[in-house]
Amino acid sequence: MTEFTPWQSLSGGMLIGLSAVLLMALHGRIAGMTAILSGLLPGAENRVWRLLFFAGAVIAPFLLIRFGMEIPFRSETPMLWTVLSGLIVGVGVTYGGGCTSGHGICGNARLSPRSVVATLTFMLTAGLTVFVVRHLLGGF
Amino acid sequence: MAFLSLLIVGLIFGTGIAVSGMANPAKVLNFFDVAGTWDPSLAFVMGGALTVAFIGYRIVLRRHGPVFDDRFHLPATRRIDRALVGGSALFGVGWGISGFCPGGAVPALGLLEPDALIFVLAMLAGILLARQLRRMGGA
Repeated sequence: MTEFTPWQSLSGGMLIGLSAVLLMALHGRIAGMTAILSGLLPGAENRVWRLLFFAGAVIAPFLLIRFGMEIPFRSETPMLWTVLSGLIVGVGVTYGGGCTSGHGICGNARLSPRSVVATLTFMLTAGLTVFVVRHLLGGF
Repeated sequence: MAFLSLLIVGLIFGTGIAVSGMANPAKVLNFFDVAGTWDPSLAFVMGGALTVAFIGYRIVLRRHGPVFDDRFHLPATRRIDRALVGGSALFGVGWGISGFCPGGAVPALGLLEPDALIFVLAMLAGILLARQLRRMGGA
């Protein structure tokens, strides 16, 4: 069980949206974590902006817990499956050209047909996967 | 100035992810578990983010360019092809296994959670693997 948190989730979501708008307004870039991570790997150009955005994204939760905010985290997936999940996600987002942030927020906000198709697809397969893992296979 | 601005925009992103619950894999998985321990919170994350981004982009993209760059870097690809659909389908499967997505897992690194680090490292390996596969497949 996790607690239903409509207000935190709504305000957190609005901050994510704000960050996407600011990144475009100030730096002309899409706030897609796939492209940002991918662009930190060897062989990419323009790595500085990605590194700074990445650093900010990592430091923020660290500071929040330091200031006494409670940020729930629970991962019940066995380690081997977490590794497998990471590999699958890495391959998928590379071919798909984005993830929940790039397609799901930025692309959909621009009404990009590619992003709409991508979002509907990954929401559907994620839902199916959770159903199979939890209800057909009995969960981890 | 531009460096500080990027760091702050990243901080806002990380704060949003942390506050919204997107950094918590259990919460993400419960959003999809309509038949079980359903937690609809993530619909509010998406709703809030999309509303702000939709309105904000409309205002921003009418301008001549961004403040610290000479142009908006927008994706040029418009093709809906097998790579887009297949890749996205695969991403959803991986996301559904662990509850980690790239945008959620990166801020979770700041919570010093080992599982987030394992996921991100495996994901980077997956990105490199896909690049290699693409090179071999010529696509």
